[in-house]
This record gives sequence, C-alpha cells and structure tokens, in this order.
Amino acid sequence: MLKFISGRLLQAIPVLFIVITATFFLIHSAPGGPFSADRAVPAQVIKALNARYHLDQPVWQQYLTYLGDLAQGDFGPSFKFPGRSVNEMIFGSLGTTAELGLYAMLVAVIIGVLAGVVAALKPNTAQDYVPMSVAMVGICMPSFLLGPLLVLVFGIYLEWLPISGWGDIPGDKILPAITLGASYAAYIARLSRGGMLEVMTQDYIRTARAKGLPEHIVIIKHALRGGLMPVIAFLGPAFAGLLAGSFVVETIFQIPGLGRFYVQAAFNRDYTMIMGTTIFFSVTIILFNLLSDILATWINPKLRHQSGGAES
Amino acid sequence: MMFKTQHGLLCLLLLILTACGSGESNVSKGNREGILHWGNAAEPQELDPHVVTGVPEHNIIMALIEGLVSKNPTTLEPIPAVAESWSVSEDGRVYTFNIRSTARWSNGDPLTAEDFAWSWRRALLPELGNQYAYMYYPIVNAEAFATGELQDFSQVGVKVISPLSLQVTLTHPTPFFLQLLDHYSMFPVHRATIEKFGQPGEANTLWTRAGNFVGNGPFMLEQWDLNKVVKVKKNPQYWDASTVRLNGIYFYPTENVTTEERMFRAEQLHYTYDVPIEKIAVYQREKPQQIKISPYLGTYFYRFNTRLKHLSDVRVRKALAMSIDRKSLVENVLKAGQLPAYTITPPNTLGYTASSQLRYDPAAARTLLAEAGYKDGEGFPVTEILYNTHEQHRKVAVAIQQMWKKELNINVRIHNQDWKVYLDSESSGNFQISRASWIGDYVDPNSFLDMWLTGGGNNRTGWSNKTFDYLIQNVAPSAKTKKQRYAAFQEAESILTDELPIIPIYTYVSKHLVHPSVKGLSSNILDTLYFKYMYLEPESEPRSAIKP
Repeated sequence: MLKFISGRLLQAIPVLFIVITATFFLIHSAPGGPFSADRAVPAQVIKALNARYHLDQPVWQQYLTYLGDLAQGDFGPSFKFPGRSVNEMIFGSLGTTAELGLYAMLVAVIIGVLAGVVAALKPNTAQDYVPMSVAMVGICMPSFLLGPLLVLVFGIYLEWLPISGWGDIPGDKILPAITLGASYAAYIARLSRGGMLEVMTQDYIRTARAKGLPEHIVIIKHALRGGLMPVIAFLGPAFAGLLAGSFVVETIFQIPGLGRFYVQAAFNRDYTMIMGTTIFFSVTIILFNLLSDILATWINPKLRHQSGGAES
Repeated sequence: MMFKTQHGLLCLLLLILTACGSGESNVSKGNREGILHWGNAAEPQELDPHVVTGVPEHNIIMALIEGLVSKNPTTLEPIPAVAESWSVSEDGRVYTFNIRSTARWSNGDPLTAEDFAWSWRRALLPELGNQYAYMYYPIVNAEAFATGELQDFSQVGVKVISPLSLQVTLTHPTPFFLQLLDHYSMFPVHRATIEKFGQPGEANTLWTRAGNFVGNGPFMLEQWDLNKVVKVKKNPQYWDASTVRLNGIYFYPTENVTTEERMFRAEQLHYTYDVPIEKIAVYQREKPQQIKISPYLGTYFYRFNTRLKHLSDVRVRKALAMSIDRKSLVENVLKAGQLPAYTITPPNTLGYTASSQLRYDPAAARTLLAEAGYKDGEGFPVTEILYNTHEQHRKVAVAIQQMWKKELNINVRIHNQDWKVYLDSESSGNFQISRASWIGDYVDPNSFLDMWLTGGGNNRTGWSNKTFDYLIQNVAPSAKTKKQRYAAFQEAESILTDELPIIPIYTYVSKHLVHPSVKGLSSNILDTLYFKYMYLEPESEPRSAIKP
C-alpha cells in the first residue's frame, strides 16, 4: 500500500509542474494586465507597480522567481489586494469552503445513498422511478437556479431560514449546503442504484438470503459494501469538485470562501492569486483522487489483493 | 454502517432544528443598537487612502478618515472639516488652512499641519504607485515630485506655517481645488502607524488591519473579516463626535446585485449598493419609498476611433450620433430614470449646463451619410461596437445596432470582451467604436472636458483640436469669474459636440434600496456618503416583504 501511495504521489509531481508552467505562461500571455484600469494610469505609477511585482523582468525570469518562492511555500502577494498575501487569502478562507464542502457532501451522501438504495430495492416500480426522476432533475438543475429558488421559498416566503451569511445567524449554513450538495446527491443516487442493482444479483447475496438472514441485514451488511463502490470512487473527485466549484454558491449566499477568489482572480488578472488557487485546487484534486483510490482498495478485497504487495 | 447513517441523519436533523426560528433580522437588531448594515458591492482592495481606487473602498474610508475640507452632503459645497477655516490669496493661488485644535487621531494624538504635509508627501512618492496622484497636480511642483523629476519635497507648494496652519500654493488658480481636498487621495494618514509597519512608500504593509489602523474620521476600524464584513464603530476622539449618531456601520461585500436585493428583502441590509434592473419597476410600483434613484455625475458614451478612415469623417460620426433615439433608449431599455445625453458634461454640474447642437434627427443623419459617400448605407464598412461583458451594455449595443440599421441601413456588429481585455483593446486603439463611461472625480466641468486634450491618457479616440486644447489649458484656468470660466467650457464643449469624437448617450443615475428606518441620508450627484449625519429611526410598521 505504501508503495502504491508513494508511486501515486511521485506521479503527481510532473502533473503539478505542467499545471504550474502552463498556467503561468497562459496568464502572462492573456491580453490586459493586472494594472490596466478604466482611467489612464500615469506611466510612473505603472512603472512603480511593475517593479513592485517584478513584472518589469522577462517572463522566464519571473517564472523562475515564482518557482523559487513556491518551493518555499510562498504564493506571493496578491496584485488586487495589495496588503494581503495569497497564502493568507487561500488559507484564511479555506476553512469556510472546506466546511461548506463537507456539509454539502454530507447532504449528497445521505440523500443520494438513501434514494439510490430505495430505488434499487424495487427496480422499475414507482419506488424506483420517483427518486430517480427527482435525481435527474437534480443533475440538470444548476446551483444558480436551485439556490435562489430555495432562498425564495425558505428564506423570503416562509421565513424559516436565513438567506445569506456563514456562521452569523443560526441555520445560515443549511441552504448553501443543500444547494451545493443537491446535484452531487443526484449523481450519488444514480451511482448507488446502479451499484446496488449489480450487487443484488450476485451469488453471495443469494447465499446470504439462503442462510435466512433478514432482508435489511442482507442489504446493509452485504449488499451496501459492494454496491457503494462506484460511489466511493466518485467521492474523491466529487469533494475536490465541491471545493473548486463552490464559487456560485458562495456568491449566492454571500459566503466568505475560496471559490469567490478563484473566479475573481481570473477577471482581475491577479496573477499570483490565479496561480495560488490553481495550484491549490490541483493539489486538492490529486489528493482526493488518491484518497478515494485508497478507500476503494481498503473496502474492496479484490483491489486490495491487486495493489497488495508485501507491505500491506 | 447502519449506525453511521443514523448518526449522519441525526446530525442533519439537529442542524435543521437549530436553524429554524432564526430570530431577529440585522435591520431590527441594527435599529435597536444603532448599527447600520450597508451593502458595499465588493471586498475592499485595501483601506489605505493613497493606494485604493474604487467606490467600495471610498465608502469605508469616508467613515474612517477626514480631510481638511468636507462637503455639504446635499449641495457638495465645501464646508470646514479638519480645517475650521481657510483663506485664499487674491490671485487664487495660495490657500492657508487653519486646523482646528480639537482635531485628534483615533488614538488620541493631536492632528497637525505636519501630518498633512507628511501624508501628502507620502501620497506623491513615486514608489507608492498612487493612481490618484494627479489630484495633487494643481499644487506647485507636485507633478514633478510624483514623477520623480524632483526629489526635494520642500520645493512642492505645501508649507507648514505652524502646527495648526498649513499653506498650499497652486500653479494656477484652480476653482475646484477645495473640492479635491475631500477626495480620499488627499486624506491624512497617521505617520507613526505607517512607520511602525513599514516604509512610507510601501503599499502592502499591515497598518490598515483592524487593531493597527489609526484614522481621524467619525468612525474607527473595529473588525475586517476578509470577504465577509468590515465593521466600524463610533470614534469618541472625533472632533465632531456629538453630531455622530450611529454606533457603528457594517459594510458587506455584496458582489452579486441579485443576492444583495434578496438580503435587503430579508432585512439583512439597510442599504444596497445597487438595484437589479428587473426589480426597479417592482419597487417603484409596490414600495416606492424604499427605492432611491438620483441623478449621478456620470456619462455613458461611445468612443470613435477617429484614426480609422471611415470614422475620421466628421459627417459619418455625426450621422451615427444623430440617429440614436436616446429618449427611447432610456425609456424602453434602461428604464431607471437615466437622462438622454447630448453633451459629455452632465447637466447642472455645479451650475454648469452645456448646450449642444447635437439632436436626434435621422433624416439629417441620412443626408450626412450620403454626403460622406454612403447613400442608403451603401458601401459603408462593417463596423463593430466593442463593449465589456455586461448585460446592460449588450442591451444598449443591440438597441443602437438596430437603430443604425433602421435609420442608416448600415451593418454593425457587436463584440464583447472581458473587462481587462476590453481595457487593453481600448487603450491600444484596437477598436472601431467602443462603449465607455466617465464618472466625475469632482463636481466641475473640467473633470469631463480635460480628458479630451490632445494625446490625453483618457482620450483614446485619436481626436485632437488645438482650439479645444487652448480653451481648456489656457482660457478656462485664467478666467477671472465663474461666468467667464463656464463660457470657455461651453465653447470647448461646443467644439466637442460638433466634431463628435464621442457619442454622448445618457447621464447616469444612482440607484439604491434604502430601509425606511435610515434617516439623514442626503443624495448628491457624486453619490458620496457622509455617514456622520446618518441615524436610524425604527419605524412602527411591521416588516413586510415584497413578493415579486
């Protein structure tokens, strides 16, 4: 297992290097610089700003300087927010985004797995069609539509829940978590239904039933383990996606998270912030993919055997 | 697994239960505690008055720092602030400010003339990169110091006469100089605090963080949570603290105008930065007392690239300008009370309303186009309108595209670009016709006219007119009376609206949603906020949300 993990981590290094290099040169070649403004900026001001951020150096030199700083864990100062470093901005808002992602994942897994299992128990009946149709709507409905809808119903009309903020008013985390988690819940529902349907026809399930085990024990103890394999494989990339894709939800609900920086940085040509968030999300995606592989290997004895090796 | 699922469900249930019955709204709590909840559009870049450039930063800084002179919140006439009085020499070049002895920094330090001289020197340091350094340029040698040509600040026209007396010498008489002093780029900063956290010319130190910030305004910085809220509280050291009735203001970075409107409806905000276009009619119909629309010192216009062959012909430019039905545009497309514009300077800019020979006359426009060699639009090159990506700009461009097709039978393409790309295209002359706007830095026609000087950084049209330059650079500054000065501006503006390197389209309005409990909020054409006069008076009527 250790060999498997270290192998995967080593593979990540060239991937990250390519991401960093491509992003760096792409953003520097995009038209419009970080200091272009509506009002003409005097030449000496541009000169001072360029010197402050080393933009007066050739791009390759900036790239090497950036790599050097990065090796020391320094993402550099933000161009848009002069008094803040990218490290401070990323790590200062990461907690909020991670918390939002976690709650959304909780919503997605609980609703998704329940709906998927319920549907798989009686395939091609109303018990299957209803949750799966809802799931299809969930997949199709973008968060920028679902969020405002939930706000209108539960926040404005019924006045049950706060419509914005994060940790200010009790309950203000519920609507964002549901909005962000909904489409993932829908995916998970379809995945767990498919997984369960496949497993339920396996010999070992028939054996369990033949032993006279009650149905709920058969499902929970035997079927779920195999049936949820596709879901587990999905969880890693999904969580990384939740973190990186929280921009819309953070904007709708006025949440001080990382996702907002990610998109704004590109519009503002905040070079260091674009680099910082891209690298951060790349690392997140790589790590969560690895985590989900480890989890899948741990749950599935067949995979464990394949990746096996002496050390596990 | 069963146990884990039950556990998860229980957690979710608990989460939901704790949520319901969320209690008091921000507005009702704020009214009780004297806290104003303010929609402020964006996370402030910084709170250093010599570094920032945006309106959200301006709003917060107006609460935290005060300059020598303030303005009447309605008329915008200069009124005493840190300076309790001032005198102007007969030739209009030397201003002597008497600083009030009760002026204090928020940490209790006395505020002196030396503070201003030091702060202004800092604001002009080339390495600081202050984008508003040009606000100081009327002062003798300020430009030379800001561009690094002059190293010795004692040669700049700023002189400390005594701890409470500051003398400022201008190159030319500048009637709007007092107006500039209320711009944040001319505000004082606390020397000891800045030096504690870095060099004066450093723009990225920690002096503006809560706990470090020292200001001299009616409020002081209490808390600054990134992307969440900036909280300010009443400053007991402020010289006019008895006038300040609010205990604090919470500024929220409400980037999304739709979210902001929903927050207002749910009573989480007293005031919004903007109003979504589609909601204007709803509020005007159902809650007219909550929507505030006022004239704004800004003009929406199109720039011509006069370096291009067909657009270098003034007859073509006139034909295009004369075939836009501005009245229809503001009434049917924009719908927020904007005014059709036929001049670049908005009407009643401190008593100046320019007249214009420009009018809506499609028949005359067709004749002009025919004279230019494009009868019935035949042979007219396909021309492109460039705009930065935004729904409203698209709507305006589509409407104008249709008007030109209908009236002149010419084909126009519309093309949008991301903001920074658009800026790059415009400043490098890589456009044919581009959308633009200009918001006055101060209330004076000069703010709208000096940008069209030959080779000016904001001109970008390639247009040049020597008479125009002479009027703006020589005649207006040396005018003895306001009447003479405005006459020079009118003459210059007539040249501009006759040659039309730009097409004025409409004059902006400011739009806000304001809770009825907010009092003392005056409107002015700069949409500048003077928080010290504001207060909250809870209304008796119960909450009633608008149901769209």
